[in-house]
Amino acid sequence: MRIGLRRLLPAAIGAAMAGTSLAATIDFGYLGLSRDDRYHEDRVYARNLAQGEGEPEPGLAVALSESRFSARAVGVELGEKQVRAADAKGLIEALERLAGEGVRYFLIDAPGPVVAEVAAAVKGRDLLLFNISAHDDALRQQLCQANLLHTAPSHAMQADALAQYLVSKKWRSVLVLQGPLAEDALIAKAFERSAKRFGIEIEAKRDFILSNDPRERDQGNVGLLTSNADYDVVLVADSDGEFARSVPYRTVRPRPVVGAEGLVATGWHWSWERNGAPQLNTRFERKAKYRMSEAGWAAWMAAKTVVEAMQRTGGADFGAIRDYLLGPDITIDGFKGHRLSFRSWNHQLRQPMLLASHNAVIERAPIQGFMHQTNTLDTLGFDQRESQCKF
Amino acid sequence: MNVSRFAAAALLTICCGSAAARDSGLIFVSSEKDHAVTVLDGKSLAVVKVIATGERPRHMQFSPDRRTLYVVASDSGRIDLIDVAKLEVGSSVDVGDDPEAFDVGVDGKHFYISMEEDAAVSVIDVASGEQVAEIEVGEEPEGVKVSPDGKTVYATSEVASMVHVIDAATNEIRSNVTVGNRPRRFAITPDGGEVWVTSELAGEVTILDGRTDRIKGTIPFKPKGFRDEDVTPVGIVMSRDGKTAYVTLGRANHVAVVDVAKREIEDYILVGRRAWGATLSRDEKTLYVVNGMSDDLSIVDTVKRRVLKSVPVGRVPYGVAVDD
Repeated sequence: MRIGLRRLLPAAIGAAMAGTSLAATIDFGYLGLSRDDRYHEDRVYARNLAQGEGEPEPGLAVALSESRFSARAVGVELGEKQVRAADAKGLIEALERLAGEGVRYFLIDAPGPVVAEVAAAVKGRDLLLFNISAHDDALRQQLCQANLLHTAPSHAMQADALAQYLVSKKWRSVLVLQGPLAEDALIAKAFERSAKRFGIEIEAKRDFILSNDPRERDQGNVGLLTSNADYDVVLVADSDGEFARSVPYRTVRPRPVVGAEGLVATGWHWSWERNGAPQLNTRFERKAKYRMSEAGWAAWMAAKTVVEAMQRTGGADFGAIRDYLLGPDITIDGFKGHRLSFRSWNHQLRQPMLLASHNAVIERAPIQGFMHQTNTLDTLGFDQRESQCKF
Repeated sequence: MNVSRFAAAALLTICCGSAAARDSGLIFVSSEKDHAVTVLDGKSLAVVKVIATGERPRHMQFSPDRRTLYVVASDSGRIDLIDVAKLEVGSSVDVGDDPEAFDVGVDGKHFYISMEEDAAVSVIDVASGEQVAEIEVGEEPEGVKVSPDGKTVYATSEVASMVHVIDAATNEIRSNVTVGNRPRRFAITPDGGEVWVTSELAGEVTILDGRTDRIKGTIPFKPKGFRDEDVTPVGIVMSRDGKTAYVTLGRANHVAVVDVAKREIEDYILVGRRAWGATLSRDEKTLYVVNGMSDDLSIVDTVKRRVLKSVPVGRVPYGVAVDD
């Protein structure tokens, strides 16, 4: 089957190139919030490690621009339709409007709860919705659905990558500092799962708050939060990042900080220099005027997966593209060195994670030595055995 | 006879302003992070000279008369012309932003250069430095190869997963062939009948029919003890008789030896880390392989099929050329 498809392709492309008229269009709908706190100027200003410097949308624009040649070769024209709305309800209306215009591929850039609401509204429909920035494990587990694909890594994948790194360094005792936000709890929970999986001891877990109130200083002061415990490393579960950036160098013990600062597990980092990454970073920066971050990569990747399927199937047929895209034969080039593909059990894109400091990629997970019977990338995140997803 | 030989030598002296120095046995290695080409003595393997080039020197090739070594200096947007006798950059040709690899037309008159950031193959007149044509191709073009008869130019696009087949007479694309992911470099059989292209991410070589531009077959590489994702073929070189191909396997730290006619892998030879660039000695008894992540050059005995020696070279070596 695989070989048969490959062999057929050159002929199909040759035929398509012979006629110059474009037979079909693939439009990508881009759904974003009109006000998204993740891109608030105060957060962007601080350049928190786990934080993008701006919206990920230029990633989609770059993907379309660099795919024009492949598209032309199979007689397809690629396009983008952007919408912004105030909330999930607004995004659902926008999606329906675009679907009415024939759009079948959507990228959504929104926090987990919004993604969940929008996805639920289109469950079972003949379209693909790519989650490009929500890390919530629930979207891959109990809230999963067949037409919701994740190019953003899950909290579990990020936590597993960090845990593999800690184990590889024999830093097995961790102090967890957890923030007050709902996502902070999800990050901490994901790390607890990883710690158990990889044999890391959580020495203590302490709640922090952003406060200078002397009555609450045991929760606001990094010195107090990191005293009276013995640990190899401090993990900060902080989705906002404002507290995390004050943790390095303020700990009582001279220990590295990981999680939201110090060393983060991320799907992309501007300092990645291998596998063609510099060229991709340059293309993104030219368009965006800021550096590519994880969500920018995930937006780029989402469109690229569709383009790969389009090129290999030789056209714009939605069913053929969807089946190839989610099938076992696809090879997706994420510029991270591995051959990427979607997990059949929850439609999460399997991918390496970069463990990055503020200006260097220190390691790439899966880390050498962490084995898997079929694909080492499945040592990151929910493997088939632990999947709770039912389509 | 003596007279005519003398005359020829005199003519060369006049025309090139330097003594002929062919077959010097020198080994040239370009190092991306040193902005230099390191020159080694072919026998002692000692460093003879480090030639400063433009920034980020990558692909290298000799002129047809082998008196000049062309070196792409990617970050300087030019090709430096190293005088092989003098071991210095004699002149440079500005070719535009981010050239990566190139080939020289069989008549020696044109450079065909992959322009990584512009998604184009640029055709430049060697003598005048003027651009003759620019051919739009898929994003991140890399390998460029002119067919033995000079009539066809092949170029890969890493991002589009394509081989672009360009008619050298018109400088227009004749066909686009989708191959394995991240296609990189070429080797062509002496009769032009088979065009072999490495696909880094797919871990294979795709074989195109040089006449019909169709895919004739693929050769996947599966050295023992390596995961698929670590098998990343990039460099490829073929013996002059077209019988044997050597394919460097990148992160798998091996060179595959392939029987071209049978399309069978005969051997895997252990070399250094991230083996990319490779070239054969004139007698084809030695294969030189540069290893980008161990900063060294592996010298391989092609008869015994094992490494004789590893020699440290500059930082991030990209290409190797031998003047023998």
